[in-house]
Amino acid sequence: MTSKRIMGGLGLLLGVGLAAGQAMALEGDAERGQAAAGTCVACHQADGSGMNVPGGESWPRLAGLDADYLAKQLHDFKEGRRHNASMLAFANMLDDQQIADVAAYYSQMPVTEAQGGDVDEALLVRGEQLAMRGDWDEYIVSCKSCHGPGNMGAGSTFPGIASQHAGYIETQLRAWQADERSNDPQNLMGAIAKRMSDEDIRAVSAWLSSQSVASE
Amino acid sequence: MNHHRKTLGRTTLAVASATLAAGVSLAATAESPHPAVETLLDMGYPAPQEGELVHIPPTMADLEAADMRPEAKAVIRRGYDLFTNTQQLRGENVFNDMNCSSCHLGEGRQPFSAPVWPAVVTLPNYRGKNDHVNNLEERIAGCFAYSMNGTPPAYGSDDMLAMTAYHHWLAKGAPVYPDQPIYGRGFPAPDRPDELSYANGEALYGENCAICHSEDGSGHYEKGEYVFPPPWGDGSNNWGAGIVRLFTAAGFIKNNMPLGQPMSLSDQEAWDIAYYMSSQERPQDPRYAGDVAETLERFGPTFHRHSLYGQEGPDGQVLADHANWGEKGDEIKPWNVGVPRFEDLNNQE
Repeated sequence: MTSKRIMGGLGLLLGVGLAAGQAMALEGDAERGQAAAGTCVACHQADGSGMNVPGGESWPRLAGLDADYLAKQLHDFKEGRRHNASMLAFANMLDDQQIADVAAYYSQMPVTEAQGGDVDEALLVRGEQLAMRGDWDEYIVSCKSCHGPGNMGAGSTFPGIASQHAGYIETQLRAWQADERSNDPQNLMGAIAKRMSDEDIRAVSAWLSSQSVASE
Repeated sequence: MNHHRKTLGRTTLAVASATLAAGVSLAATAESPHPAVETLLDMGYPAPQEGELVHIPPTMADLEAADMRPEAKAVIRRGYDLFTNTQQLRGENVFNDMNCSSCHLGEGRQPFSAPVWPAVVTLPNYRGKNDHVNNLEERIAGCFAYSMNGTPPAYGSDDMLAMTAYHHWLAKGAPVYPDQPIYGRGFPAPDRPDELSYANGEALYGENCAICHSEDGSGHYEKGEYVFPPPWGDGSNNWGAGIVRLFTAAGFIKNNMPLGQPMSLSDQEAWDIAYYMSSQERPQDPRYAGDVAETLERFGPTFHRHSLYGQEGPDGQVLADHANWGEKGDEIKPWNVGVPRFEDLNNQE
């Protein structure tokens, strides 16, 4: 346990290091974040679980995501590097300190269950393959190779995607394919998303959403 | 990318695997290429030359479908598990932060990423690095001594057998001792530019590599678990590993990095990053016997003339002039290093 805590601490230091220079190194306060998050709960829910909305716009789970990752996304919405009409309006209501606070607030919540994994077995098998091993014959690198052990996230760059709603993951992968989302570093996600078929996207989204993440 | 082609390709693959079971091996011909090769061509890799041996190894899904003894499948699965999570041997055989699959991408199947099946079909053969004939086990043992900065599992041990079984599975259907050159073997090096720039390499590393491998080259571990391997430092391969040779590092980078975007760096960029990375410190070469100049003289002709070992480093110091063995310390010595073979046969010639 001790060594795990030390590693966690190192990861945090690294995260701060990466965020530095992007004016995001403000220290977040989860209590203040709760107060500032009043506008978030309508979609992302009080427990940060979001909602899978088949056929509509799914709201991602925020609970347990990395604070610096969340802060970066809010800045990206505000500053036009990531596009979503609803989020642009809400992110604009937050100043830099409130962004850090809200990010800290959601990052400390336990990861919640996700929806959208209720699909046929063959699709789940394909999804697991893509998430855990990839399909190198199509040069699709496994999700795990960047999103970390159990796809639970790596540092502040690669968010946890296990136990994320299928509808949200699908929408994002399609946005990357269509160049409608491109706020990933060095096009790392975009390059891979463009090699995925429609079925690949549905498969991997469903499988990831069906994975439960035990919070420590 | 042309999506219609991809769908068509998949169908062709399905037909091919139904006919050949798994493991597709053929000499390059005018016929339409394997879908995996089509993907490579789309991404800018060179096409197979006429007469080259093209082998696309079977996958682990093919293994499940294969007509083989369940005992054999279990051992191959164990080998796959060791190959992709070599860290389970940490402190026993592995003393750095690497897995086999850190360098052999695509689980050892991927062309241009030093696919491992050629070792199965070209060995036993003479190897300049240790100046004798090596078999597959000894070749794998070499990776443990150098790339994993450790000491190998014993010849014939369960772990060694499992790893060789996985290698053999990947070679399924490929001809033994092929006369043809092998398509996508090793990390084919781009042409070496006239000048290499450390400063340019450092800047490019910061822009292209550091997000995953970190500025200080320590890679990335998440809550104590492996994510991205360290390109230098104590967590990386030691000075005796093949990838300390500049052309190997440049070939790895050009053909494989950044992850998911191979062939995206220019030849100059790949070489500059390799030069920067190879100018950093790492654990000592296990062949070192106390003097860097002497080690260089002894192993320069067969190996270190391609590395920066014993050369002047970025801060004016001599690279590798130290007795830092990394995490394994100076107690653990790889038992396979410096062991001659067939001396009586060699004397007869």
